[in-house]
Formats: sequence, C-alpha cells, structure tokens
Amino acid sequence: MKSVVILQRLILMLVMITFSGAVLPGVVGHAAAQPAWMPKPPKAVGGKCDADPKWMRKWHMKALDHKRDETMHKGIRTRKFSLKNCISCHAVKDDNGKYITVRDERHFCRTCHDYAAVRIDCFDCHASRPGDKMDKAARAGGNPHENATKMSSVIRKGDTAMADFHKYIAGEGK
Amino acid sequence: MISLKPDDRKSEKADREAENDGSRRAFLKGAAAVMAIAPGMTLYAYGTKDAVAKPLDEAATRKNRWGLLIDAAKFTDADVDRCVAACQKENGWKNTGHPLTDAQWIRRVNITNKKTGEHFSLPMMCQHCAEPPCADVCPTGASFRRDDGIVLVDKHICIGCRYCMMACPYKARSFVHEHLEDQKSYAPRGIGTVESCTMCVHRVDEGRQPACVEAAPQGAMVFGDLNDRSGKLAQLVERVATQQVRADLNLDPGVRYRNI
Repeated sequence: MKSVVILQRLILMLVMITFSGAVLPGVVGHAAAQPAWMPKPPKAVGGKCDADPKWMRKWHMKALDHKRDETMHKGIRTRKFSLKNCISCHAVKDDNGKYITVRDERHFCRTCHDYAAVRIDCFDCHASRPGDKMDKAARAGGNPHENATKMSSVIRKGDTAMADFHKYIAGEGK
Repeated sequence: MISLKPDDRKSEKADREAENDGSRRAFLKGAAAVMAIAPGMTLYAYGTKDAVAKPLDEAATRKNRWGLLIDAAKFTDADVDRCVAACQKENGWKNTGHPLTDAQWIRRVNITNKKTGEHFSLPMMCQHCAEPPCADVCPTGASFRRDDGIVLVDKHICIGCRYCMMACPYKARSFVHEHLEDQKSYAPRGIGTVESCTMCVHRVDEGRQPACVEAAPQGAMVFGDLNDRSGKLAQLVERVATQQVRADLNLDPGVRYRNI
C-alpha cells in the first residue's frame, strides 16, 4: 500500500513540474506573458531608476529606510533613494490630467501593495504626489506629464480587496 | 549600513559625482569672493559663513551650532504675525479653527506691563536647546538633537505619547490630530506624531536662512552659527547682552533674545 501512495505522489509531482511552465508563465517566463492577476505598476516618467528595477522590487523598502535615517539624523540630502524623488518619478495622472494621491488605487505604490496586502504608512506624513517647485526641479528628463496621461488609460483598475486600506488612508476606517 | 548590492554600482558613483558637482556649485555661489592666486591654486574668501551650503552628501557635524538672535525691540505685533505666516507657508501648517489643538510651530507672545501699559511682543518657537528636555524624556529616541544643534522629531519612530510636549518649558511642540494630505515634501508631518520648529532644517542644509528670519524686519532676527567666531551671529552674541528665556533651567538654548 505504502509504495502505491509514494508512486501516486511521484506521478503528481512529475505532472506539476511538467505543467508549471504553462500555468505560471508570468513567474518563470517572459513579462509579456504575465497573467492578468499580477500587479502592473505604471512605468516611471523621469528616466533611469536609482537602481536596477529587479533590485528595487526586492529591496526598495530597505533603501528607503536607510536613506530616511541618513536624511533625518545626519542631514544627508542626496537624490539617490530619496522618497521625494521616487514620488516625482513615479507620479501618475488621472484622466483630468491631475496627479493622483495614494487614495487612488492606480497610485504607483498601491498597485503592488494592494496586491501584496502590505499596508504602508509612508503617506500618513509624506505627500504621495509631487507638489511644490522643488519636486518639479528634481524631476529629470523631458516632460514627465506626457506619458502619465497616456498611461492612466492602461493602468489596471485594480481590485477592491484592500478596501480597508483605502478607508484608512481616507480617514474613514477609524 | 545595509549590506545590499545594487546591480548598477557604476551609475551610483556617477550619480554621486553629479550631485557633488551640483552642491559644489551651490557652495561657490555662497562665497563672497574667489581669487586665483596662482595657476592651480584658488583662494576662497567669505564675507560671512552664516549661509554656506553643506555639501549634499556630508553629514551635519558638531563644528556648527545653528542659532538665532531675536531682537524684541525691532518687532511690532504685525511683524511677528508675518513671521508666523511665513512659517505656515513654508512648512504647510495652518489654523483649522481648533485653537486648542491646532499645530503651532511659532507663535506670538505678548508681554504687557500692567502698571505702565508698556507692551511688546516676540516670536516664540523651539529654542533648540543644547540640553533638550524633550529628548531626555522621549521613550523611543524620536526627539533628538542633531549634531549641529537643531532639535528635531523623527516621526518615523515617534509613537505620539506627547511626553516631550509636557517636558518642553517653551510650549514649543504640537501634536497632529487630523489626517493630512499634500504636505510639503521637505516638511513631512502627519497624524499621531509630535512636531515643532525645525529651524527650517531643509533650508539650513542648503545654505539658506529659516523662513521666519527672511520675513522678519531687517536685523530683527539674525540666523547663524554660534560656533563660528568670525560669523555675524557669534560676533553679535559676543558684543551685545543677550537673554535666554528661562535661563534658570540651564538648557543653553540656541535661540537668544534681546530687549525682553
């Protein structure tokens, strides 16, 4: 009996391995074949990122944490990994041509964080969209507004699984 | 500090070089005179060191002790209000119709002699003590004194307990009760944290003066480095009699007054 069970499991594993490539092409394959349920963060508008996007996807929180301590306690205000700079570059406009805040689920940070169900509190204190003159100066390369408007039409409308997060940000969840 | 390896080390270096170049340019802008004395050698002479930009990638050090000298005799009530308005505009705090709980980074203190009717007013804000009681009582280390003497709240680790508000003899601190949006990028502030005057630290790091100093009448507020003997502020403090508010507490405030 025992050997039959083991054999069954082995066959099951083989089947899984064989078809995993077809089932999860977004994970192991090319980005173009990404399944619909994967988050699709909007492209940045300011040119080159501070680090390789793959690295950023994994470590941005550490980079931001490190930078925040450097700036807060030592007054080191270089551009690299500063939240202000991320916000300027990853700004998204709505259909009326206005920058959206983190209340909007199309916000760059929310596209992934909603999906991963990771609540961030950066925007309790920090502005979630570029606002003042300094931000505009920090934004590099071309007219950053052009792509953002085009992009807003292709941004995934997002699911409503993180409605609580939305409410919290809007101040209604308390 | 963190052992992470970005893939593009080269571009990081290039970025830093570009930044250094930018800050060097800003540095030169602050210089009063630049003289070439021989090929390859340049003499920089500064009229005042009060507003020299720190290179962006350099940490604040104990070499500096930023401070203010406020001459109450040169202020009218309206002048003080202009300073308050300038601070509000710069840092994005405002009155929301809740005078008991609204943020107040800087305020007007009215002083009247009841016998003679003599009246004057002065701007009052965080005094940026060398021995800040707010930092002493803070349970998380969020209240701290930066190496160059500026007292700040690290809102990332502030738990909003408000001990510092009770400890401060100058009533300089406020608590944010409401959800905020579209804060100034250089002055983040948010619900559940304590805040106070930052001596416009973002401006100081750039070699500029605090917003209130710019809005004050000519010579009524002097900003500068108390440690720099050749600077305007240190020379003034050396020459004229200055007063500390609650000098009896021995807090060694960085903000000094005259004619109070």
